[in-house]
Amino acid sequence: MSTQQAEPETQEAPEDPEMKGAESPAAEEQKGGGMVDDHAEKKAELEGETVHLKVFRYDPEVEGKQEPRFDDFHVPFEKGMTVLDSVMYARDEYDSSLTFRHSCRQAVCGSDAFFVNGKQRLGCKTQISDLEQPVRIEPLPHQEVVKDLVVDMDHFYDQMHTVEPYFQDEDTPPVDDLDEQRQSPENREKIKMSSRCIWCGACMSSCNIAAGDNEYLGPAAINKAYKFAMDDREGEEIKEHRLRILEQEHGVWRCQTQFSCTEVCPKDIPLTEHIQELKREAVKKNLKFW
Amino acid sequence: MSQSYNRGLIEDFGRWKEFSAGMWAWIFHKFTGWILIGYLFTHIAVLSTSIGAAGNEAAIANETDVYTTTLGGLEGLFLIRLLEVGLLAVAVFHILNGLRLLMVDLGIGLEAQDKSFYASLVLTGAITVASVPTFLTGVGI
Repeated sequence: MSTQQAEPETQEAPEDPEMKGAESPAAEEQKGGGMVDDHAEKKAELEGETVHLKVFRYDPEVEGKQEPRFDDFHVPFEKGMTVLDSVMYARDEYDSSLTFRHSCRQAVCGSDAFFVNGKQRLGCKTQISDLEQPVRIEPLPHQEVVKDLVVDMDHFYDQMHTVEPYFQDEDTPPVDDLDEQRQSPENREKIKMSSRCIWCGACMSSCNIAAGDNEYLGPAAINKAYKFAMDDREGEEIKEHRLRILEQEHGVWRCQTQFSCTEVCPKDIPLTEHIQELKREAVKKNLKFW
Repeated sequence: MSQSYNRGLIEDFGRWKEFSAGMWAWIFHKFTGWILIGYLFTHIAVLSTSIGAAGNEAAIANETDVYTTTLGGLEGLFLIRLLEVGLLAVAVFHILNGLRLLMVDLGIGLEAQDKSFYASLVLTGAITVASVPTFLTGVGI
């Protein structure tokens, strides 16, 4: 049943007119552990429903993949199959060099955000059956591609750290005899959605402004700042400090409410809403009536 | 370390078919804003003919002054009438979407932002269509 179908063709590599479909399979086989034999014969063996994947390939260290191209994979469809399942199948059965990040497979670790059929999605949270075929899987846009579906997340993490994404409070307020920092249920409810962020980077990748302005904090970092700025347990002083970071030129004011981030967030965080609320907070902080 | 590959702005205008409502609203808002700014300059140019016409009471009474003849000449052109309909559409959309953005800024109804965009489109279309008889009356093609 497991059918060798690594039949890499040059689907979309306009930058590289020399990359011929006939050449790439050979390069692919050597890299992929030489499991591929007769494509045509094995293709005929494919039974049942299959999923047609078009996967972005790039590897600076392998000749033939230095110019990006799209490889085709046909993997057997199973009920409940996710995009992550399908690329894992392609990697395990057809081409072991196919590279992507993944870990928990349940939308918690935030490793496998891909650009699937023109939208940033979590591979493990996206059902194949919800997608039109061929399923086009690319690395996240607006980030440098390291290899295949792996992008360089350094800039994203830098922006996240800029907003000091950790709880800060100098002293623990004494509540009766308990050394606890208590949060009211209402306040917990307020920051609930913002605390769901898994740092997958889908929002940042979808943001047009972040694409054009590398210094823009981006939706994820601002949302992270929101989580702490709105937390009642942090003092006024630290909240002001947070707003000073956010209200700068490349902070909240860069957001132009395109709602792209909110559309793609796999954890359904109302990112635009949070950014807008911080804009109002920043205005309130600076409004003076004299 | 090893090199990486910059795919550039691959998600941008080439993928317009995949844009969401909020993205279209943003693009239309910018576009109509620039058109309105451009219109303001032509508007100033036309209005400035009234400076030359000023003071000549007799010509104004006869409607032969520069300002009146300029406007009359422009209004006689079918193209200008069409452009006026277009200008109304642009202005109405910019106003309605501006109100939508105001609501977004105030944090009201953010979950319905796509619906309010579609509503402003539909309303713009309706107002524009309704304006056509007014703008095209007595046009000397």
